[in-house]
Amino acid sequence: MPILFYVLLLFIIIAALIAVETQNLLSSVICIGAAGFGGSLIFLFLKAPDIAITQITVEVLALIILIRATISRDKTFISGDREFFSVIVSVVVVLVLFLIGTRVFDTFPKFGEPAFAVETKTEQTASKHYLTNGLKETGAANIVASVILDYRAYDTLGEATVLFTSILGATVLLRKQAKIKVQT
Amino acid sequence: MNGMTIIVKNISSWIKILIFLFGIYITLFGHLTPGGGFAGGVILASSYILLTLAFGKRVTDENLPLWLASRLDCIGALLFLAISLVGFLFGASFFFYNFIQQKYLAQHASDFHLVSAGTIPLSNFAIALKVGASLFMVFLVLSTFRPGEPAQQE
Repeated sequence: MPILFYVLLLFIIIAALIAVETQNLLSSVICIGAAGFGGSLIFLFLKAPDIAITQITVEVLALIILIRATISRDKTFISGDREFFSVIVSVVVVLVLFLIGTRVFDTFPKFGEPAFAVETKTEQTASKHYLTNGLKETGAANIVASVILDYRAYDTLGEATVLFTSILGATVLLRKQAKIKVQT
Repeated sequence: MNGMTIIVKNISSWIKILIFLFGIYITLFGHLTPGGGFAGGVILASSYILLTLAFGKRVTDENLPLWLASRLDCIGALLFLAISLVGFLFGASFFFYNFIQQKYLAQHASDFHLVSAGTIPLSNFAIALKVGASLFMVFLVLSTFRPGEPAQQE
């Protein structure tokens, strides 16, 4: 199974590199979709079907919106060269951050272990508490739903607020009424 | 923005109801099977996006215009906020007290049934309404309003 993960990770990285480097906007958008599809497959093989369903639907919708919104009206290719200095700066910054990050990777728990798995004799950890008492306390058979809508529902409320605010901003900036007044 | 050819129109008129039903299923059974409000809302929005792409903007203006979508968005957000606050009436001291489960459903052993888990299906419904309406609004705003072009006389 780990070989499959490495193949999928390589696929995502190659798709992301092509999406950044290509000159054609349409192939760039398609490569973004391919990267999201690889992410969805990884979630599926890690036995997280909730996240996989959400990822694949959002990816398809984002692909449609990006193609419809950008391709049909703008120039469909990127022209001109990149600035040499900004490329050097970004590569150096990413390398330094990666070298710092390798120290952090050593402190991670083992692959597949929950992050808060340090258990004392008197207290249960949070993840084990959800797994053993989730059905009894919330009544939801899907343990993911009981976590995101009951134990950690305050976080979901924050997400909903972020989505609401961003849609509000997009609708206000792109609305129709103001353009009529400007035109006439 | 005009529609597509007659083949696309026929096939999408058969398929749209299946996509809509699948979105409702994903939303309603979110507390029993994988899925939930967010994925269900995205599928509901994509059925309307299919209609808009296949039949053109006029069908959308009749079925789900922008003002209705924005009101559905606000109703979903307010419903989710109301679910978080109603628990205070039942003696909770924190947000999102699962009052239906704790007060009524816990005695009846209703686990694994459709009517179970208290406020979780209601929250799923509110989130599906909110996400579906807002993503459809993103599509409408980005794809049908042309900047620089004078608005059509209506």
